[in-house]
Amino acid sequence: MQKRIFHIESNAAVARDTFRMVLRTDGPVTVRSGQFVDIALPGFYLRRPISVSDVLPDGLIIYYKVVGEGTRVMAGYVPGTPLELLLPLGSGFHPEKCREDALLVGGGLGAAPLYLLAKELLALGKGVSVVLGFNRADEICLAEEFRALGVAVHFATLDGSVGTRGFVTDAIAAARPAFDRFYTCGPLPMMKALCQALDAPGEASLEERMGCGAGFCYGCSVRTASGPKRVCADGPVFDKEVILW
Amino acid sequence: MVAKDLSVELCGIRLKNPVIPASGTFGFGLELADTFDLKLLGGISLKGTTREARFGNPTPRIAECTAGMINSVGLQNPGIEVLVGEKAPALRKIYDGCIIANISGYSVEEYAFNCARADACPDIDLIEVNVSCPNVHGGGMAFGTDPAQAAAVTKAVREAVSRKPVFIKLSPNVTDIVSIARACEDAGADGITLINTLLGMRIDIRKRKPVIANKMGGFSGPAVFPLALRMVYQVAHACGIPVMGCGGVARAEDVVEMMMAGATAVQVGAENLRNPLACPEILEALPPLMDSLGINSLQDIIGIA
Repeated sequence: MQKRIFHIESNAAVARDTFRMVLRTDGPVTVRSGQFVDIALPGFYLRRPISVSDVLPDGLIIYYKVVGEGTRVMAGYVPGTPLELLLPLGSGFHPEKCREDALLVGGGLGAAPLYLLAKELLALGKGVSVVLGFNRADEICLAEEFRALGVAVHFATLDGSVGTRGFVTDAIAAARPAFDRFYTCGPLPMMKALCQALDAPGEASLEERMGCGAGFCYGCSVRTASGPKRVCADGPVFDKEVILW
Repeated sequence: MVAKDLSVELCGIRLKNPVIPASGTFGFGLELADTFDLKLLGGISLKGTTREARFGNPTPRIAECTAGMINSVGLQNPGIEVLVGEKAPALRKIYDGCIIANISGYSVEEYAFNCARADACPDIDLIEVNVSCPNVHGGGMAFGTDPAQAAAVTKAVREAVSRKPVFIKLSPNVTDIVSIARACEDAGADGITLINTLLGMRIDIRKRKPVIANKMGGFSGPAVFPLALRMVYQVAHACGIPVMGCGGVARAEDVVEMMMAGATAVQVGAENLRNPLACPEILEALPPLMDSLGINSLQDIIGIA
């Protein structure tokens, strides 16, 4: 784990309440998919843990949703603003465990870390299908970025405005993608339904309110089939079998 | 700049400096071994330990506050046997400073048992007895808010421990901190650590519910520093045993201030959670700060205010 200063290159709304932030620093950045950064916001006591959506040679891209006071302040940051980050944090996804074809299932902003995962899987020569679920069309983000990778992207929206009407499980049933392993990030009920519906081995990225973000305060512990685990350091990505829904 | 002496003596133990991560904010030390050189630290107070393993409280366990935070971790720990058999020996392999076992319990007997196990562990140098955790029911803070109960725990622990200094870690959630500290001193405590967290609460006004699953938790952070400093000052002046000052310490200036109030060593707590490098950064800032204040030895300023 390192503590480093990044500068905001851009920070813009890309969907309803959803922002994309590009951060640059002075040197190489190493982050794997599923890992996150912990951002110090001046005026707020605790950092904000946010998953990494893409890694640049000297920077990274994150997506965040305005849900409270901290993210509302973040949304107002202008390019050039310095931010202090802890990184890389967490365990990350395991693209190397996919045999041939992977299914990536995102709910809402859960799409963000799956983008970096898709790039890693493609670099390993794996096939990638993506299913993204949103409440409504104006929440959709990262669609063009995924398509630019040349992978199949299927949508589910609750209001039926784009893609399959309903849940990601409905979109998977409609698209019938081939896969031997799946990876998911999104709301807990969605991931639970998915992990119970799919027979293939899978990994899910959990979310929990964190203290230190680095594994030593035990503020974000969850019970698992393998005993107590820290979401920040043992996770956030866990094999579906160990998660006690 | 004249070479600065940061070392202090704590109950016969020479600490290379007075800076110690507080229990619960630094795991078992091992979690941060890759983040910075732990050997920089004067001591490390390990995560609070009970006889049996505990998962702790349900999540959310963390709430943000202005200039601080609330935690309700609830003493998640692997149990005393893992502490003395695995955690402390593993830390000793990479750390030569003062290793402090922080001991909790649900009964006087459990406190005594756990302390005896820690006393027998060669990789533990000092025992800190937590009678002040606000996050467990039927134990913890209940023992630290009444002078007679605090004395009963101290006496039992003192009888169970023959080799190591015993510090009692006190709760600020009391009306008269001095009467509790004196009761512990009279019962044989070698020192006092204070303060533990203040019982606090936050409500999510959108969800109309407490942020913390356990509703309440321990409030800590820079906001509590003046209160902690006041209690350290009171206890250091009322008692003849050394004090480890804890509560809201975030900067080298806070360390000096705590020591001037009477603390022999200073624990850094919540600040570690927002900045894992807080302790090494404080240690780097101390010598130039001492120079600007005309201090050559930290031992000289203890209780000087």
